[in-house]
Amino acid sequence: MALDSSEVQKIAHLARLGVDPQDVPEYARNLSNILAFVEQLNAVDCSGVLPMAHPLDTRQRLREDAVTEPNLRDKFQAHAPKVEAGLYLVPKVIE
Amino acid sequence: MHNKTLAELAADLKAKAYSSEELTRSLLDRIARLDPQLNSFVTVTADIALTQARAADARIAAGESGPLLGIPYAHKDIFCTDGVRTSCGSKMLDNFIAPYDAAVTGKLATAGAVMLGKTNMDEFAMGSSNETSFYGPVKNPWNLDVVPGGSSGGSAAAVAARLAPAATGTDTGGSIRQPAALCNLTGIKPTYGRVSRYGMIAFASSLDQAGPMTRTAEDAAIMLTAMAGFDPRDSTCVDRPVEDYRAALGNSLKGLKVGLPKEYFGEGLDPAVGSVIQTAIDALKKLGAEPVEITLPNTALAVPAYYVVAPAECSSNLSRFDGVRFGYRCENPKDLEDLYKRSRGEGFGPEVKRRIMIGTYALSAGYYDAYYLKAQQVRHLIADDFKQAFQKVDVILGPTSPTVAFKLGEKFNDPVTMYLSDIYTIAVNLAGLPGMSIPAGFVHDLPVGLQLIGNYFDEARLLNVAHQYQQATDWHRRAPHGFN
Repeated sequence: MALDSSEVQKIAHLARLGVDPQDVPEYARNLSNILAFVEQLNAVDCSGVLPMAHPLDTRQRLREDAVTEPNLRDKFQAHAPKVEAGLYLVPKVIE
Repeated sequence: MHNKTLAELAADLKAKAYSSEELTRSLLDRIARLDPQLNSFVTVTADIALTQARAADARIAAGESGPLLGIPYAHKDIFCTDGVRTSCGSKMLDNFIAPYDAAVTGKLATAGAVMLGKTNMDEFAMGSSNETSFYGPVKNPWNLDVVPGGSSGGSAAAVAARLAPAATGTDTGGSIRQPAALCNLTGIKPTYGRVSRYGMIAFASSLDQAGPMTRTAEDAAIMLTAMAGFDPRDSTCVDRPVEDYRAALGNSLKGLKVGLPKEYFGEGLDPAVGSVIQTAIDALKKLGAEPVEITLPNTALAVPAYYVVAPAECSSNLSRFDGVRFGYRCENPKDLEDLYKRSRGEGFGPEVKRRIMIGTYALSAGYYDAYYLKAQQVRHLIADDFKQAFQKVDVILGPTSPTVAFKLGEKFNDPVTMYLSDIYTIAVNLAGLPGMSIPAGFVHDLPVGLQLIGNYFDEARLLNVAHQYQQATDWHRRAPHGFN
């Protein structure tokens, strides 16, 4: 599967990843090489094989529905780029 | 002091031959003197180290003893450290002061270990050469023109250069074992779930696992005993008692069945590396081990399956870096989408971006079954190969890396070639098995690593084999010129 520049731009958009337009052809080439490489998997017959979720086939552990975390809002917000009155600030989304 | 092993240092501290503070000062001095040519540390935490060393000295004076009490170590910058910058080798987290300690950080602190600093690494642990770090590449102390391996390249270079007796690492596709091999160290990746991932910045959650990097198997056993254990804060951590990994080190290897997968000795392996491994097999035979030819038929599928599973999980894990709650934010975003895109576009380096895009593509509508589901099925085939093999053998042996350390820049612009340098280590992560690398000799004056793979939770046996081999050989004692 070879990706062209417009497909790379679409994927970058899905990932909310800004990519410099001049780097797009290079990404298209690298990503196409990686996809061509992983496409070896297509030749493998996996009918009846279960996908592996956890190497040890363990079950999801459950715990009591109780509060275990203290409120550390101030500590966690101390390293946020922009906060005000305990809220995270982002550019205006509604005009 | 710097040439002593962790076990020797612990004995000296207990005998009060010198204090932890004296030991710590001498290593901090070595770091200041020697690290500028290596770039193995991103942050040196001298104040914390001296405070922890004095606290350890007080505990020793009060009659306490412990194998890590007062022992300095270097901590990979992927582990959160409360109040200390935790960068993960990325511009994205260049300003991130972790608000809590990772489970491993806390366990080592409780044991009385002394953190010298945080080590350089490939950005978000994505790389096999330590060249993707925002803080620049790390140099290999054995030859400053070659890479130390990655992603735990800073940890490897620091221990090899005798700047620390031990370091932490993490291994998603070989990131402990491959740099250990390239720097002449002993490194072990435990069974998936053995060490808590809490506070270890996630790359590919179903593969990531932490472990120690040291100069001897005995030292690795001491570190792993302290690092391992159940932690309810990591939902995949396994609730199972921790052994004292030193207990079995002295066992004889007589009758030990060592599997040699034919796929690990074929095309792609540098013949000179192969002949070093053959010599190591002969040494193990003299110790009573019995080599058995085995086959792991799906070996060639491991790297392609990994480059679907790991990027898919990385694209999901790294979506948390949005420029809103922590980490890098771009200047003057014009709207929310611009904020996300430019913060992530400017904060991540090219290899991280490649993997996020591959993962996004593999998980996108219409492609999920063809890529991710298929790769997870292939993963089962790979795990089944090992299951079959472990019915016949006790451990599996082969090279850790197909070549010795390569030149800086040599593979940097060719991702697929770089990915293939992990061809022998990746299958172990996909299967969730424990694996380790130990020094086995040299080619062109560069170290060769021998890989040992064990059955689930058989870390003690791997360490036993490694220790017995190290009693009969002295490769692990060799120090790089200029750092001895």
